[in-house]
Amino acid sequence: MKNTHKLVLAAALALSSVPAMARDTVSIVGSSTVYPFATVVAERFGRNTSFPTPKIESTGSGGGLKLFCQGVGTQHPDITNASRRMKQSEFELCKSNGVKDITEVQIGYDGLVVANSVKGPDLDITLRDLYLAMAKDVPNPNGTEELVANPYKTWKDVNPALPNIKIEVVGPPPTSGTRDSFNELGVEGGCKTFPWLKAMKGQDKSKYKSVCRSIREDGHYIEAGENDNLIIQKLESSPNILGVFGFSFLDQNRSIVKAVKIKGVSPNMETVGSGEYPMARSMYFYVKKAHVGVIPGIQEYVKEFTHDRAWGDEGYLADKGLIPSPKNERMKWADNAKSLGSMTGKEFE
Amino acid sequence: MSVTTEQVRKTLARRYRAEKRFKFFGICAISIGLLALLLLFTDIIGKGYRAFYEYSVSLQITFDPETLGIDDPRDPEQLQYGNYEGVVRNALQARFPGVEEREDKRALSALVSTAAGYRLRAMLEESPELLGQTRTLWLQLNDDADMYMKTSEAKRETARLSDRQQAWMQELEQGNEVRAGFNHSLFTRGDSREPEQAGILGAILGSLFTMLVTLALSFPIGVAAAVYLEEFAPKNRFTDFIEVNINNLAAVPSIIFGLLGLAVFIGLFGMPRSVPLVGGLVLTLMTLPTIIISSRAAIKAVPPSIRQAAMGLGASKMQVVLQFVLPLALPGMLTGGIIGMAQALGETAPLLMIGMVAFIVELPTGALDAATVLPVQVFLWASSPEQSFVTMTSAAIMVLMTFLITMNTLAVVMRKRLERRW
Repeated sequence: MKNTHKLVLAAALALSSVPAMARDTVSIVGSSTVYPFATVVAERFGRNTSFPTPKIESTGSGGGLKLFCQGVGTQHPDITNASRRMKQSEFELCKSNGVKDITEVQIGYDGLVVANSVKGPDLDITLRDLYLAMAKDVPNPNGTEELVANPYKTWKDVNPALPNIKIEVVGPPPTSGTRDSFNELGVEGGCKTFPWLKAMKGQDKSKYKSVCRSIREDGHYIEAGENDNLIIQKLESSPNILGVFGFSFLDQNRSIVKAVKIKGVSPNMETVGSGEYPMARSMYFYVKKAHVGVIPGIQEYVKEFTHDRAWGDEGYLADKGLIPSPKNERMKWADNAKSLGSMTGKEFE
Repeated sequence: MSVTTEQVRKTLARRYRAEKRFKFFGICAISIGLLALLLLFTDIIGKGYRAFYEYSVSLQITFDPETLGIDDPRDPEQLQYGNYEGVVRNALQARFPGVEEREDKRALSALVSTAAGYRLRAMLEESPELLGQTRTLWLQLNDDADMYMKTSEAKRETARLSDRQQAWMQELEQGNEVRAGFNHSLFTRGDSREPEQAGILGAILGSLFTMLVTLALSFPIGVAAAVYLEEFAPKNRFTDFIEVNINNLAAVPSIIFGLLGLAVFIGLFGMPRSVPLVGGLVLTLMTLPTIIISSRAAIKAVPPSIRQAAMGLGASKMQVVLQFVLPLALPGMLTGGIIGMAQALGETAPLLMIGMVAFIVELPTGALDAATVLPVQVFLWASSPEQSFVTMTSAAIMVLMTFLITMNTLAVVMRKRLERRW
């Protein structure tokens, strides 16, 4: 009997005292949008240096920042990727957990595209068309300043210049970061073109958000899973349906789908990089400075990422669909990455 | 003729018809099931078989010290930073003279996989005397070129290669300078972002370690719990409560076990993320109820007469359990165990929480190395933009299915072989 007690005690001790294990691999978490790019860098880095290949988890931007801000120590990740900028609240969370010095690096852009099958019609729409076609509530078509449930059934209803095909758009579900961007950059972008809706932003911000960022739920917007490949397959089989996904998927599937132009601008490396194409978001990664020098390879990984052979105009990331930032911006961020400049908190102003 | 016989005769035809109908419904049900299975398999195999072979191109590679920037191939530093891609580029340009434009040169060297460079490095490391020599080598094609070769002639226009690249590929094909071979990297490598270099060995090993941890924990614990509950526990409200809870646990969505694992194993005990040990622990929690329930059923199936006979001969309760009940119930328990393992093998949701949905290139060597598992690999590849990953995804599903079918067949065979009927 006594022996059993001792055994149980020993087992309990052994379990509870598993040490926070020393780690020699860089641990990266964060956005699934940045994942395809960060993994390419990590793989090259692992092969071309003596460091082990960093481990990259795809947790989503928010999830990644939460993990990242949990504290300093080898059980916490060293770098987090994000398809949006860190929020003030997240910065505060980091600080309160002792993660005080964070280096921010902007990687480049990811364009958001609306596309259809190469067999479908060539389309050229404006953000306002997109808003009117996609939003839950839209301004009354008779021109008065009131909101009505979205009455539009075909693209021709929205804008007489567009073909008479049913509005059907396949896109990501609300849990996806891509959907957030679509709401903010696409739908809200079109919403803002109505002066009285724009004015609402100053008066009643939450109402403005609910009007300008909500998507209709009457079957004209079809939620596909998180898997963008499924959207591509859907477009291939039905030429009149439009789809929403990231630029890299367009780049990889140009034989199957083509982009819808927004105000005459089609998304490509130049138009997205220059900001001429309106639906683009910048991507970032954040480095925990306290881990530099403790976990081997962090600085070297950052150096590889910010090298022109990776994120430059003709770098290998561009081959994977990353849209590089303009050269002077890249140089600025690369300098910041090299000197490991800390975020001050002024970034949020 | 009596009245009864008369009645029977009247209804006989109807009863036969009813039986035929009943049989027909049964056959229909099975056919629908089989059809669905057939559909699934044709779709997956139709997409996936192409991932099992790959094309490579024959090139005259000169290990030119000047291009490589290596004068002493025994110096690891120099080997590390050698310009191997330059050597491949030179070989391609020698094969296609007259390609001058920078863009065209880029397009030309894009035909060969970056794996070629790593291979040359490994070759040079192994036999330093190669420096300065020329060899004819079969080098892996890049995924786009590989896909081009795999598509049928009619559909080739839609390939991701430019017209110029397609013309080069055609020239190579006509000169028999490309050939198909077994895709070795699929079974010998970890994950990669280049489809032609990606493999599932890392995920297979991760699954193996996770399953070993799960099996080592859940089977003994499950069997012990079942034996105690069936043979020793008093029947009262408390044990009823436990029974209800075990059945309940079997129906809990698996993601909840993941959350629990995150809070307890990683949060409280400070275990590292993404390792098969934690994955195995979480899946143990998930498979325990399955094993307990099936083990209890197996123990119940042992006839009481055997227990009574043993006891009558003077065996103690423990002797009865260990020497008679357990051996007789073991086949049923093992079957339950295998089915539980098969369930755990196909699980992704709880692993999401504990960080096993990750890009891991290096092959894990133990339960404490970061790893991913087969179904997670399927998920990761399915969401990659490259077209080749679509076929890779199906190939990974085929491998996963093979494991599942093997395990389930094993369970059926064991039941047939070892089961005793009384």
